[in-house]
Amino acid sequence: MLKIENLKAEIEGKAILKGLNLQVNAGEVHAIMGPNGAGKSTMANVIAGKEEYEVTEGTIELNNEDISELAPEERAHNGVFLSFQYPVEIPGVSVTNFIKTAINESRKAQGLEEMPAKDMLKKIREKSELLEIDRKFLGRSLNEGFSGGEKKRNEIFQMAMLEPKLAILDETDSGLDIDALRIVANGVNKLKSKDNAVIVITHYQRLLDYIIPDFVHVLHDGKIVKTGDASLAHELEAKGYDWIKQELV
Amino acid sequence: MSKYTEDDLREELKTKEYEYGFYTEIESETFAKGLNEDVVRAISKKKNEPEWMTEWRLEAFRIWSKMEEPEWANVTYKKPNFQEIAYYSAPKKKPKLNSLDEVDPDLLETFKKLGISIDEQKKLANVAVDIVMDSVSVATTFKKTLAEKGIIFMPISEAIQEHPELVRKYIGSVVPTSDNFYAALNSAVFSDGSFCYIPKGVRCPMELSTYFRINEGGTGQFERTLVVADKGSYVSYLEGCTAPQRDENQLHAAVVELIALDDAEIKYSTVQNWFPGDESGKGGVYNFVTKRGLCENNAKISWTQVETGSAITWKYPSCILKGNNSVGEFYSIAVTNNYQQADTGTKMIHLGKNTKSTIISKGISAGKSQNSYRGLVQVNSRAENARNFSQCDSLLMGNECGAHTFPYIETKNKSAQIEHEATTSKIGEDQLFYCNQRGIDTEKAIALIVNGFSKEVLNKLPMEFAVEAQKLLEISLEGSVG
Repeated sequence: MLKIENLKAEIEGKAILKGLNLQVNAGEVHAIMGPNGAGKSTMANVIAGKEEYEVTEGTIELNNEDISELAPEERAHNGVFLSFQYPVEIPGVSVTNFIKTAINESRKAQGLEEMPAKDMLKKIREKSELLEIDRKFLGRSLNEGFSGGEKKRNEIFQMAMLEPKLAILDETDSGLDIDALRIVANGVNKLKSKDNAVIVITHYQRLLDYIIPDFVHVLHDGKIVKTGDASLAHELEAKGYDWIKQELV
Repeated sequence: MSKYTEDDLREELKTKEYEYGFYTEIESETFAKGLNEDVVRAISKKKNEPEWMTEWRLEAFRIWSKMEEPEWANVTYKKPNFQEIAYYSAPKKKPKLNSLDEVDPDLLETFKKLGISIDEQKKLANVAVDIVMDSVSVATTFKKTLAEKGIIFMPISEAIQEHPELVRKYIGSVVPTSDNFYAALNSAVFSDGSFCYIPKGVRCPMELSTYFRINEGGTGQFERTLVVADKGSYVSYLEGCTAPQRDENQLHAAVVELIALDDAEIKYSTVQNWFPGDESGKGGVYNFVTKRGLCENNAKISWTQVETGSAITWKYPSCILKGNNSVGEFYSIAVTNNYQQADTGTKMIHLGKNTKSTIISKGISAGKSQNSYRGLVQVNSRAENARNFSQCDSLLMGNECGAHTFPYIETKNKSAQIEHEATTSKIGEDQLFYCNQRGIDTEKAIALIVNGFSKEVLNKLPMEFAVEAQKLLEISLEGSVG
């Protein structure tokens, strides 16, 4: 599914990713953990194609195709989805209108007709039930005045609607209370299949109690320095990151 | 949003197509260029007008001859040579509407592109359309249905013949011939336009709609619209236009007068899409329009406009709140791209007691364009308890455009309450990346953000107009991303 080799990226001349390697296969859930400033969000943004970041070396392959030169919307059309740590507000654009536009733009890119309103309606109903989203919520301006939990739930709702191949959840747990966390995690679990993959970026173990990762990676100073199974996350929770830094010295 | 029903959801999921930018070749009869008293007389004669009308035009011409073209607006352009303009152009083949077969096929094709299938409209859209093409109205529908209610909706040239007492009483009563340079010019040479009268207590059962088109290169278009809502009546009037892409500057100097008598309400909506000039600023329509409404006691006038076209726009739909408890509203979206210049806004003149006005203006500037809001709120000494709320928001795209706000507030009564809010924002990189990440390319993302920004005003438009206006915003900003 995703194969990242020796990825180096910088922003405004400052190197952030310094030779990152990662392979994610279909059906897998990977967790990326690490201290602040390790490059976790940068990794997510670089995979999604944010233009401020310059890739100086390495490749990003999605289903054996190098996507590192593609525009962000083209990557999205190829099935990359990023759940943002800080989703932006778009005043006056409803959740419904936004997701409708997103779906139809992707369909257009694939040479498909716009989704008939009837099907769209059905899908919206189905996915909003899955994530316990109130009908009223769908008519509100995107992220405007949303609570932290609503913003994240909205991100996962969009993921459910867009059905990506690769979903990257960037600190989706931050700002969530325990109930919202459970709903969001349940949503992700229900969307998981043998054909898609999920990368969960998080500081804390608690999200991983709900979304059980197949692999846990520790990102430090722009590289993955340790990989393990779900138990590694528990170890990190108990011991912090310092012991890993010391191991590296 | 208090409720969001399944119907709202369904409505939002609908998609419609919009077509624009076309030119139909219809043979026209055009006067020689230039303007003098003889030309004014000739226009009047051509239209078989009564003596009082001819005199009225001549008086306006004499006033205009002594006037100077105004320069206070925040726009720069090469002034038109008024002797190089042809002041009259009428389609040679004037089709009768006894049967559609008799109509010029080219014209039918144009209707089709405009989305006006007359046949279909009769059955479905519930909209009567009085189409002004190159100055002479060529088709009027629904006249009969309206006539049953006593509503008069016809080309003003016909109204001058058939209802001279009404026209004579009201024409120039809100915008006098001496009002300003362009209004005086229009009064002298107006070729046609629409006249609408709603009798006492009648609620007009359908949206009245006029499509203006400029079709003949080098032909000035001088529309004259007069809407009179008698006591206790209501009318919603739609004015929309698309202009074919032409190289030459075209002058458009319209006058619209609205009269809302006691307890009457007029809602006047405009979608303006004249040719804005090409990417390098070449060509484009000069749009110098005078629009003003008069409110008697308890009357209400709402202006809603979506301005996307024209190279130069100079337009201030205004309300004179003469009667006590009268209400004036102005909702505007003005988009400028490339080298377009817009200086637009409103005037709310509070004369009566307890008068209320609301101004919501959304300016969107892209490219190298200049977008100015200019608004006057005036409260006169006898206007006790007048209230005004103004909100002017500007959205900028790129670093080369300009947004300006010129609010004028004059009050001579201490009891007045006037509020003015203004914001300026820029479309953020983060917003664009967020949209991109969801598969929406930057151009579409901008359209989406702009539509969201304009929503408060778009919501004031009648439904079918709102959809068209939304598409227009999109089209107008195409290619605005560097």
